[in-house]
Amino acid sequence: MSELPDGWEMVIGLEVHVELATASKLFCGCANQFGDEPNTNICPTCLGLPGSLPVPNAQAVEFAMTLGRALNCSVEPSIFARKNYFYPDMPKDFQTTQYEEPTNVEGFVQLPDGRSIGVERAHIEEDTGKSTHLGGGGRIHDATATLVDYNRAGVPLVEIVSHPVMHDADTARAYVAELRDILLATGVSDARMEEGSMRVDANVSVRPVGNDELRTRCEVKNINSLRSLGRAINYEARRHVDLWTNGESPRQETRHWDEDGGRTTSGRSKEDADDYRYFACPDLPPLTPTAEDIAAIDAAMPGLPAARRSALAVAAGVEVAETTLTVERGLDALVIAAIEAGADATAAMKHADQNLSDGQGQLTAESFAALVAMEADGALSSTQVKTVLAELVANGGEPAAIAADMGFEAMDTSELDTLLDDIIADSPDEWARFVEGDRKVQGHFVGQIMKATQGKADGKVVNQLMTARAAQS
Amino acid sequence: MSGAISREEVAHVASLARLRLDDNELDTFTEQLCVVLDTAAKLNSLDLSEVPPMSQPCFLTNVMRPDVIVPSLNRDDVLAQAPEAENGQFRVPPAMGEAP
Amino acid sequence: MTSAFDLAALVRRGEYSAVAAADTAFGSIKERDDEIHAFLHLTKRRAQAQAAAVDQAVADGKDPGPLAGVPIAIKDNMCTKGEPTTCSSKILEGWRPPYDATVVDRLEAAGAVIVGKTNLDEFAMGSSTENSAFGPTRNPHDTSRVPGGSSGGSAAAVGADFVPLSLGSDTGGSIRQPAALCGVVGLKPSYGAVSRYGLIAFASSLDQIGPFAHNVTDAALCFDVISGHDPKDATSIPTPLTPTLPTLNDGVAGMRIGIIDELMGEGIDDDVIARTNQAAEALTAAGASVERVSIPATIYGLAAYYLIAPAEASSNLARFDGVRYGQRVDGANVAAMNVATRSAGFGDEVKRRIMLGTYALSSGYYDAYYGKAQRVRTLIASEFATAYESFDLLMSPTSPSTAFELGAKSDPMALYMCDVCTIPSNLAGHPAMSVPFGVGDDGLPVGVQILAPMVEEARMFRAAKTLEDAAKGMS
Repeated sequence: MSELPDGWEMVIGLEVHVELATASKLFCGCANQFGDEPNTNICPTCLGLPGSLPVPNAQAVEFAMTLGRALNCSVEPSIFARKNYFYPDMPKDFQTTQYEEPTNVEGFVQLPDGRSIGVERAHIEEDTGKSTHLGGGGRIHDATATLVDYNRAGVPLVEIVSHPVMHDADTARAYVAELRDILLATGVSDARMEEGSMRVDANVSVRPVGNDELRTRCEVKNINSLRSLGRAINYEARRHVDLWTNGESPRQETRHWDEDGGRTTSGRSKEDADDYRYFACPDLPPLTPTAEDIAAIDAAMPGLPAARRSALAVAAGVEVAETTLTVERGLDALVIAAIEAGADATAAMKHADQNLSDGQGQLTAESFAALVAMEADGALSSTQVKTVLAELVANGGEPAAIAADMGFEAMDTSELDTLLDDIIADSPDEWARFVEGDRKVQGHFVGQIMKATQGKADGKVVNQLMTARAAQS
Repeated sequence: MSGAISREEVAHVASLARLRLDDNELDTFTEQLCVVLDTAAKLNSLDLSEVPPMSQPCFLTNVMRPDVIVPSLNRDDVLAQAPEAENGQFRVPPAMGEAP
Repeated sequence: MTSAFDLAALVRRGEYSAVAAADTAFGSIKERDDEIHAFLHLTKRRAQAQAAAVDQAVADGKDPGPLAGVPIAIKDNMCTKGEPTTCSSKILEGWRPPYDATVVDRLEAAGAVIVGKTNLDEFAMGSSTENSAFGPTRNPHDTSRVPGGSSGGSAAAVGADFVPLSLGSDTGGSIRQPAALCGVVGLKPSYGAVSRYGLIAFASSLDQIGPFAHNVTDAALCFDVISGHDPKDATSIPTPLTPTLPTLNDGVAGMRIGIIDELMGEGIDDDVIARTNQAAEALTAAGASVERVSIPATIYGLAAYYLIAPAEASSNLARFDGVRYGQRVDGANVAAMNVATRSAGFGDEVKRRIMLGTYALSSGYYDAYYGKAQRVRTLIASEFATAYESFDLLMSPTSPSTAFELGAKSDPMALYMCDVCTIPSNLAGHPAMSVPFGVGDDGLPVGVQILAPMVEEARMFRAAKTLEDAAKGMS
């Protein structure tokens, strides 16, 4: 079910709502806290009591601008607007959001494979309360009553709207995954889909390949994981294709993703739902960030995944796509520093990818570089390197000392050189044959060296030394 | 009646505002709203193309508060005022369908 | 009755007790409020506790504040914690807010004693207090007539000498017009001068809270107490305001005052025009130069107001849906419950304005109605700004007529016309106040309106005081 029939392509736009990690809510001082007893974090403002007024949270605004800049958006003067509709989880029966003048416009998300997905806007808005439907198996349509908890009402959100430029479920998932990494890097949200601090709605339509029209789209909600996102998109796109192929068209509506049933179902009908009668909220003055404000945010921006991938690619001399795993693991800074300290790039990245799957731990760039050098010099065998590396991660320390403690003496190349001199002196005939190209006698020298060093010499290094020495003879 | 707003439009607007009008009310309100909207039509004679809209008579910007937690209301006090409550939550008849 | 200023002085000196003042207030209310119906609820326990606290403070040698012991009435659209707050609507019948409005905090911190909540047109929508769901209020000067609206109860409470001070709210004239009709002083401050936190919103960009008083001095005293920045109101003016009391008697010598031409002709009763001209003469005699000024956009004020105010109201009143507080009428599902609750709970004028406002904002009509009205607003504000380049103050009648009879104006448009002189300053945000100045041909009070630029209340009060002094010498 993951591919559409020939000749059709899907068009996906994603709306991602992100809860900001502020201490208090967007317009009042109630705690922004998940999981507390219902209705214990409410006040006149977030409950929308008559006479209450909103005052914006400065940290939420700063987080929103940071998020915008992290998505390469332009940060603009903005106005809060009221979106008017009735629903019990809405304390004021209007939501304070941003409409014609949002905080952030026109940015992009760069995927690990290098593609750019356009972001139309990222605006600030308040979250609603949470309704629970009683009776009817918890499903909306058969409920006998609804209970409402307003703890979440007023929590600050940023809604990130992509352009409808994705054409398959994997791209959509990669976009969300990258978005999540960006959010975590900036610290503006903990972005947990399963906990609801990052919610993804997918706008899905289809069209004949080669066409650039935009046909009727449906908004799919209730997607709670990356896996569900892929499944929901594929299901819905297929549903559309089937309808069009049968001469029908999908109805423009909101669909609900049913994870257990593996399908989307029709949500509320949209008869009068669409006229939100947006107007500028008269209780809230405009936000007008200055160039200095934005410069300060840019200056404080931590390393973002795309930039980190580029930096590592340059430092290591590899393609951006090869850096994904290292950056995902958060090991890029380590690898770059190790390279700067003299480590071989390929070796450092290989170790990061293969031997540091649990992270850096206590390992420092200096000791990492030293270890990689020891490996390059043949001072340690590959197995020994892995062991020392594990120890450095677990407990820190210094590779030469650890190797010594473990009895893996750090064998200096010059020591091996001297040893080789002695053995050549002892076996001049064998050496002469080796110089002439007889590789069979190689084992004699390697064996002698291993005996002399009690197995600590690295076979590869010995071979290199012998080859180099032979070339000089 | 000038027809600035039709009976159907009044009915539509009433339903958007979650109000129910009977036939008499619909007639009366339609008539009254037409009169008010006719007065509003006075504004049509003005050339306002160069005049920006004004949402607030104040020229403040960037009014914000620090991200500090302030004690919340006591839940029991609030729920005591609710028409219906259950398990610490507000209880209402079933909400049909998902929120927009 | 003793002025608030004098009463507070007596209480602070220990020469009169706050408890006695409160008792006197309750006594006069009991005697005559059955007839007037200024009050919806009395807050006896709260008043007695507060009065006792004030007297104790005096006994302890502490300063109880500039309004010590002064009984004060609050319009029932402002939140008083634990006390009924209904906005004169069935939909909020029984609701007791869990918090106090900022103005209530400030009054009580200044030693004032809140004695009760006053009647209003439902949700502050009206010009006669006849739209109250709990019965109208009557004008103390002639109980067959309206006190004006929407703050009719607060105006009548002062007019009937129940209390020396009361608070009202003004969105299109709802303090000034009833002040004129009841023969008392009423002030609409600069937008943002007084916190709206705790004022149940009608039209957020137009609403302001202000005082009613018997005299200009008391109004100044009250304004100085309740005004000033509030961090809980994002539209509140952040910079300190000039106190009005200290310069009250500085007079108007050298001031340039403009009488608004467009508000001195058609639609205004002759006797009201005559009194306004007399007021202009009084100001001239006191050393001001008064001349006519034309502010053409004022004639569009009514049309713009009756699009902007209902639009904001339609959004502000959406929260009254039977879910969290107030009355609920049940339904099969929550939408049906919303409809049943709102249809039963709101009166006709409220429904009318909600529908008008919803329409003005709706898809396809926004630009023609709300959008256009917002631009007219800019026009009005800029014409006023231009006028204030040549004039220090402006003046006009407050109300087109004296108090009319209950039931006389049943047509909504006729009632809307009551606000033609007051609406422009709500749209522009400038302060304006009504000062009693003589009576009309029918012997009923006439009010004259003084208007000032933003945050120039102190200047406005000087002219008001001059008029008040002049009015004392009038027949």
